[in-house]
Amino acid sequence: MPKDINEVVGRREDARFLTGTGRYTDDITQHNQAAAVFARSPIANGIIRKIDVSAAEAMPGVLAIFTGEDFTEVGGNPAGWMINSRDGSPMHEPKRPVLAHGKVRHVGDAYAAVIAETPEQAQDAMEAIDADFEELPAIVDMAAALSGDDYVHDEIGTNQCFDWGWIEDNRAATDAAIQGAHHVTTLELVNNRLVPNAMEPRCSMASYHPATEEYVLHTTSQNPHLTRLLISAFVLGIPENKLTVIAPDVGGGFGSKIYHYGEEALVLAAAKKLGRPVKWTADRTEAFLTDAHGRDHVTKIELALDAEGNFLAFRTETMANVGAYLSNFSTATPTFLHGTLMAGNYTVPNVYVNVKAVFTNTAPVDAYRGAGRPEATYSIERVIDKAARELGMDPITLRRQNFVKPDQYPFASAAGLEYDSGNYDALMDRMEEIADLGGFTARRAASEAKGMWRGLGINAYIEACGIAPSNLVGVLGSRVGLYDAATVRVNATGNLSVMVGAHSHGQGHETAFPDIVADMLGINAASIDIVHGDTSKIPFGMGTYGSRSLAVCGSAVVRATEKIIVKAKKIAAHMLEASDLDIELKDGVFSVAGTNSSVSFGEVALKAYIPHDFPITEIEPGLEETAFYDPANFTYPSGAYCCEVEVDPETGKVSVERFTAVDDFGNVINPMIVTGQVHGGLGQGIGQALLEHTTYDENGQLLSASYMDYTMPRADDLPFFHVDHSQGTPCTHNPLGVKGCGEAGAIGSPPTVVNAVIDALNSGGKPVTHLDMPLTPHRVWSAMQTV
Amino acid sequence: MTTVTMTVNGKSVSREVESRTLLSAFLRDGLNLTGTHIGCDTSQCGACTVHVDGKAVKACTMFALEAEGAEVGTIEGQSSHGKLNTIQEAFKEHHGLQCGFCTPGMVMTTAALLKDNPTPSEAQIRAHLEGNICRCTGYHNIVKAIMAASGQDVSAIAAA
Amino acid sequence: MYAFELERPGSVADAVAALGGEAQPLGGGQTLIPTLKARLAMPEKLVSLTGIAEMKGISSEGGGLRIGGATCHADVASGTLASYPALAGLAAQIGDPAVRNRGTIGGSVANNDPSACYPAAALASGATIITSTREVAADEFFRGMFDTALEDGEIITGVRFPVPQRASYQKFAQPASRFALVGVFVAQFAEGVRVAVTGASGDGVFRWAEAEAALSSNFAPEALDGVTADASGMISDLHGSAAYRAHLTAVLTRRAVSQAH
Repeated sequence: MPKDINEVVGRREDARFLTGTGRYTDDITQHNQAAAVFARSPIANGIIRKIDVSAAEAMPGVLAIFTGEDFTEVGGNPAGWMINSRDGSPMHEPKRPVLAHGKVRHVGDAYAAVIAETPEQAQDAMEAIDADFEELPAIVDMAAALSGDDYVHDEIGTNQCFDWGWIEDNRAATDAAIQGAHHVTTLELVNNRLVPNAMEPRCSMASYHPATEEYVLHTTSQNPHLTRLLISAFVLGIPENKLTVIAPDVGGGFGSKIYHYGEEALVLAAAKKLGRPVKWTADRTEAFLTDAHGRDHVTKIELALDAEGNFLAFRTETMANVGAYLSNFSTATPTFLHGTLMAGNYTVPNVYVNVKAVFTNTAPVDAYRGAGRPEATYSIERVIDKAARELGMDPITLRRQNFVKPDQYPFASAAGLEYDSGNYDALMDRMEEIADLGGFTARRAASEAKGMWRGLGINAYIEACGIAPSNLVGVLGSRVGLYDAATVRVNATGNLSVMVGAHSHGQGHETAFPDIVADMLGINAASIDIVHGDTSKIPFGMGTYGSRSLAVCGSAVVRATEKIIVKAKKIAAHMLEASDLDIELKDGVFSVAGTNSSVSFGEVALKAYIPHDFPITEIEPGLEETAFYDPANFTYPSGAYCCEVEVDPETGKVSVERFTAVDDFGNVINPMIVTGQVHGGLGQGIGQALLEHTTYDENGQLLSASYMDYTMPRADDLPFFHVDHSQGTPCTHNPLGVKGCGEAGAIGSPPTVVNAVIDALNSGGKPVTHLDMPLTPHRVWSAMQTV
Repeated sequence: MTTVTMTVNGKSVSREVESRTLLSAFLRDGLNLTGTHIGCDTSQCGACTVHVDGKAVKACTMFALEAEGAEVGTIEGQSSHGKLNTIQEAFKEHHGLQCGFCTPGMVMTTAALLKDNPTPSEAQIRAHLEGNICRCTGYHNIVKAIMAASGQDVSAIAAA
Repeated sequence: MYAFELERPGSVADAVAALGGEAQPLGGGQTLIPTLKARLAMPEKLVSLTGIAEMKGISSEGGGLRIGGATCHADVASGTLASYPALAGLAAQIGDPAVRNRGTIGGSVANNDPSACYPAAALASGATIITSTREVAADEFFRGMFDTALEDGEIITGVRFPVPQRASYQKFAQPASRFALVGVFVAQFAEGVRVAVTGASGDGVFRWAEAEAALSSNFAPEALDGVTADASGMISDLHGSAAYRAHLTAVLTRRAVSQAH
């Protein structure tokens, strides 16, 4: 028998998604809505000589055409994080305009927008725009960009955004440690550029009401308040109180929807000019060309060891591609989300990181699931594996020997962070058990019997998430605070609305957050609803990214609920004619300690709104509290991962046969959701390792601009995963004891897979020491031919 | 403009369309059945999967006029009066969805699969999902949900 | 998409009549519609062939099979399972299940995408392409990348396949598109062995003469020892070099021979 939607266990949000009744931005159509289409640069680098829109303006249905000229008086889309170079100079911040002006700087850079009655008419008119570009040599390769005389932004006279050292004071000691080491393992690697590919393409729809001068922007965003702030304070100058930003159901983000994009500003300006709602919906090609990409580091890492295998130093030099413009978090990603993690899980005493950020004529690069931590983990865990192979040591033993031990917390890492809790040996123990490492030899023999090479890869990671303590990130250059906020509103009839700054676009907040409140109040979670995604309804929060929702916003929910309890106890005390200090809350009932005298949560709620007999000087009516929560530190999830692959020696094709992920997320509120988050991260991490390859040619044309050439992980590329989070060590500084879980899988898996493939190749008699991701069949086969 | 008539989720509908109107646009814009999603331009992501005369097709790669006289089924027709069908129940119970965007296509593809192959193996399921891309789940719980929906014991598959 | 007119004739004769001028035939549309969406084609008129009953279905004919040009891949996969399992296996690997429910054999053969699967089956089987006006042997039909012997206004109404004694199609998928990076169809007939390779060559599907000669004298994987495919003229792209494709050609041919039945 079919069941009612709410009888089936699972998430609350599932009901609408499973029945096709979710409301994503493009599902919303407004009366009299017009359509926007963007004219995008076909070349990577060029001077705009002419944009003649006269023929286009005369096309049927055309309502308005915008070019860069229309936005010269407004601001640019800013970088959210100031990075200083090693010499103390500030990073270069060229303006990122709403529409390209003067120059186009990457294929897909929008230089005009057409608003018409229908998308087809807008598209027709867009093609009728007569634009002329003087094409310039494309700056694509980072090393060439740093040494050449052609600039992405002529006004700054360099393609180097910054040259950052971390920690500069550690540099000499690190150099010395490497100089005097018994053994130094060196590895040059590329962390491949990825396209986030949320399945819902970006979409923005604006409306404007002249009488009130109010704008409403529906948009595919992970953080509507941040988007509003950027538009109001930096780009268009719309008063914040006149702009509502609504991110309704959002079909995945993975970082790409954190940022404000020019299309949002454009539809707002167009809606005002036309007095009509204006909607733009990206197609997948536009997503490939213009969504902020991820990763794209070229790194040299050195690991120094003593004769016993103790780590003495990590030293890295990295070039990080930031693309043609600085996206909002692009400067934080390769620096403070990367360099600070370069000590890994290890007691290594010396770490030095140098990162040069480089402008190129490619799409902007910014945080993508993991954002800097996958790059750090990949470098560290690959070079450790290489060292183990060079030294003939067991890779697990070598790692364990250098782990931070449970009695060392809080542990000040050599890269400047203070890890609050963890137990890496326990994770490794559990991983070895679940992954059945003892059975590997037999499995390898079975693979070999059918002509396949089998490899085993392991990995230990730590990451810093739950972004982020404002006072710390402020010191490090952040221009925003990274707290979050929640309002708990107890309605008169006893049900609750909880307004949160976090945004759920797959993470299941509507299911997980009510449980926190319900547990604290002792009431049924079914009476609690989460409200998110609408700046006119929620308090000012910073949204969802950096595995922060539960650790930061969830903590704000706790704080707001604590305030509710304090207030409710006062009301109960008044009702029971007792002191609020004597009131106890248990199972949704307020009672006077040691008596039978009690009132229910519902009665208190009702009384709060019908305060006929309130002592109004002591208790305000109503029962609604807001809390802002600013974390004291990052949270530090860690894990031990294991992967077994088979390599087909004839074709180079790699298949992932087994994958085990043991993570420490501290306390776990909803195991189903947490496990799902790990699965998704693993899918993306394995995708990075084996499949996903963003390729620009020397002219700056994106060769992998559709699913015909960019390999998305499909169901048959992945196995069932073994995921475990039984070894949690609670976070010591947030009230829930939780650590972020959203990015872990994407952070821990790439080196695990690559380590396994290298192991398989070596087992097959091919002494390959390194291969750059993605390990496509062609790359693996080619490597087999050259060794 | 040409008039096209078809049956959508059991109801006869008739609309004026252009030749170039895709079935997906007809459903979304013409009938406000916005559960059929558009995730790519190259007929690969499968978010728009619907049934035409009982077969799964990509609504973004078929013209509305080609569905003249056809029986079209969309995600909105999979449940009725708040009752989830077996596949939807299994996806919910096994957390086979996160952001929900690919979900309608996944459900429609699954329905077509199970009609032809009531108890598919894990490998058959994975192969059958070739044309449906999910970025959130790593497919683990989708495959598990489909096995569960087909009555198979999934208790041995790693917990989720 | 640019605007166009769509006609849905019910017979081959009506389709041919409709195809004058700037009209273009529309098969299952699984390639053409994405092309139209990208505005890479601007036909004035499309003539849909999917409503023509006489162009659908699979029948036995002269010891072989005749497959209607508008028969979708899924129907070929299920309808030739017993009569020509290698062909059924090939059809079952084209695109994905939803694509297989729309895409047609006639559309695939007419398009002659250098990475498509059907041309390999047609060429290796020594198939005959039946059009609205004539019959063309596969050896004469496929002329190069996206190029065939088809004239304007001529449509593929069917393909006639001789059924070999043993055959197998081995496809190594391009990881993203899942088209054939290389696909090899090996068919053993009483008169000899035919080997057709798709995905590899810039000129589209081709017969690999050296392998055919080796296998015609000894239909066994070892017969291919020392036989290598020539990489010159093979495609080199993001997903594989010419040398890799040449290598895969040999590997897949051996596998096809071992698995032929």
